[in-house]
Amino acid sequence: MPPRRSTSRIRIHPLGEAALLAELSSRLDTAINTRAIALAAALKKRRDVRQAIAGAASVTVQFDPDQITHEAMAASIRRLAGKRPPIEEPGRLHRIPVVYDGPDLEATATALNISVQRLIELHARPIYRAFLVGFVPGWAYLGPLPDELVLPRRSEPRTQVAAGSVAIAGQMTGVYPLTTPGGWHLIGRTSVKLFLPDSDPPSLFRAGDRVKFFPVGQ
Amino acid sequence: MTEVLRVVRPGLFTTIQDLGRPHVIASGVPPGGAMDRFAHSAANMLVGNDRGAATLECTLTGPTLGIEGPFVIAVTGADLGVRVNGDPAPSWTAIELRQADELSFAGRRAGARAYIAVAGGILGDRWLGSMSTYVTAARGGMHGRPLVAGDVIVCGEPQSPPVIGDSIAPPPYADHTLKVIEGPHFDRLAPAAREALFSSGFRVSSRSDRMGYRLEGPNLETTAGEVLSFGLVAGVVQLPPGGWPILLMADHQTAGGYPVVATVISASMPIAAQLAPGDDMRFERTSIEAALEARAAQRAALASTI
Repeated sequence: MPPRRSTSRIRIHPLGEAALLAELSSRLDTAINTRAIALAAALKKRRDVRQAIAGAASVTVQFDPDQITHEAMAASIRRLAGKRPPIEEPGRLHRIPVVYDGPDLEATATALNISVQRLIELHARPIYRAFLVGFVPGWAYLGPLPDELVLPRRSEPRTQVAAGSVAIAGQMTGVYPLTTPGGWHLIGRTSVKLFLPDSDPPSLFRAGDRVKFFPVGQ
Repeated sequence: MTEVLRVVRPGLFTTIQDLGRPHVIASGVPPGGAMDRFAHSAANMLVGNDRGAATLECTLTGPTLGIEGPFVIAVTGADLGVRVNGDPAPSWTAIELRQADELSFAGRRAGARAYIAVAGGILGDRWLGSMSTYVTAARGGMHGRPLVAGDVIVCGEPQSPPVIGDSIAPPPYADHTLKVIEGPHFDRLAPAAREALFSSGFRVSSRSDRMGYRLEGPNLETTAGEVLSFGLVAGVVQLPPGGWPILLMADHQTAGGYPVVATVISASMPIAAQLAPGDDMRFERTSIEAALEARAAQRAALASTI
């Protein structure tokens, strides 16, 4: 018998009458994210599940309420979450050049009480994990950020953020693949294309990939 | 000769839409598709199409289309004042058009989005399995953009005869009450905000589009901050730190980290799709059981003509 994992801390909430959010944890953790990705993959195989997408530490499941009730779906999620996830292969490594000249660079450094130079060093140091691909096409939530860089989102999101903007918020960093609204702090930009509309899947990053930023001049 | 519609005037924002591409959300691509699935499906069924065939979604101001070839069409959704050769024409029923007829719209009387279905379906660029226009990525439909004057819209071969004479009753669009189930982070609302979410009305802001609606109303305070980013669905009501909620619609972001305080039930989404900037609306709490009943009733209303 493989060891069973604790499922008691999973919290399952309705998202309307045809979807559920299963929160595995409130911590940003690679092992939990690996479990979430495995759980979404297992759920997607079910006939009564329409879509299942892994979050950073959660799974959002859209199901057919004509085939299964909320209660039965929740029970299935708890059962599947108790299974041991497959051993994860290391994700593909992407190296992304960044010009650190974002409109929020100085304000972010000030808010964090560090120098701009220190902010750049800290941001470019880790190899981040792509916890989740989503938000807009090609966007990946990368993390975890070093503790010194953790800052809440902007209180009022911008209605337009330029494509290629490199940003941070909370424990995460990411690159805006398209010009879209956004609430993160913009610290730099890259010319690497993350949204590949004529490829399938249309995203450079996939959940579980690894990403390293490095600073370049103008 | 291929039967086509020629765009004389495009209207404010007219796009080709079907039922979207929900299977590609894992790459961050929005599910997209018609905002009002009921009106879109009804229009298709009235002209004998599969409900997933592409239609034209016309926003606030309808287009003027020159008809080349005999056509059966149906217009549903918002009342934008349908005209054929300048004369009023009925909505929510199939109408037959002849070569050189002109379909136009006199002006908005109610609602936000009208749907034009053509027997045989409208054909557009297919991207990731759907003809839905996704303007942000400039893909799908009419080359990923709204219609412009001079566009030529190609239509498919009719598959089954339209149901001339039948009609489908529209949902109660005039009642701007959206029924919701409490969201995963409802308990993060301060007690006064929990009350205000349901007792106060909101106004649909001018910063509203196919991605979502910003709702202006009471400031809803939360007791805790951010959530780890998670997958979202159309209909969720997010609460950014500013305190004004955002209702996510068809081209919604696929994931996000703002608390979700409520989710609009499927049967209320057509009502939401017909809200225009400046409209007042309110949320009303309901149960999953009631939501499932409303969903079944709406499906029965769609099926009742055929």
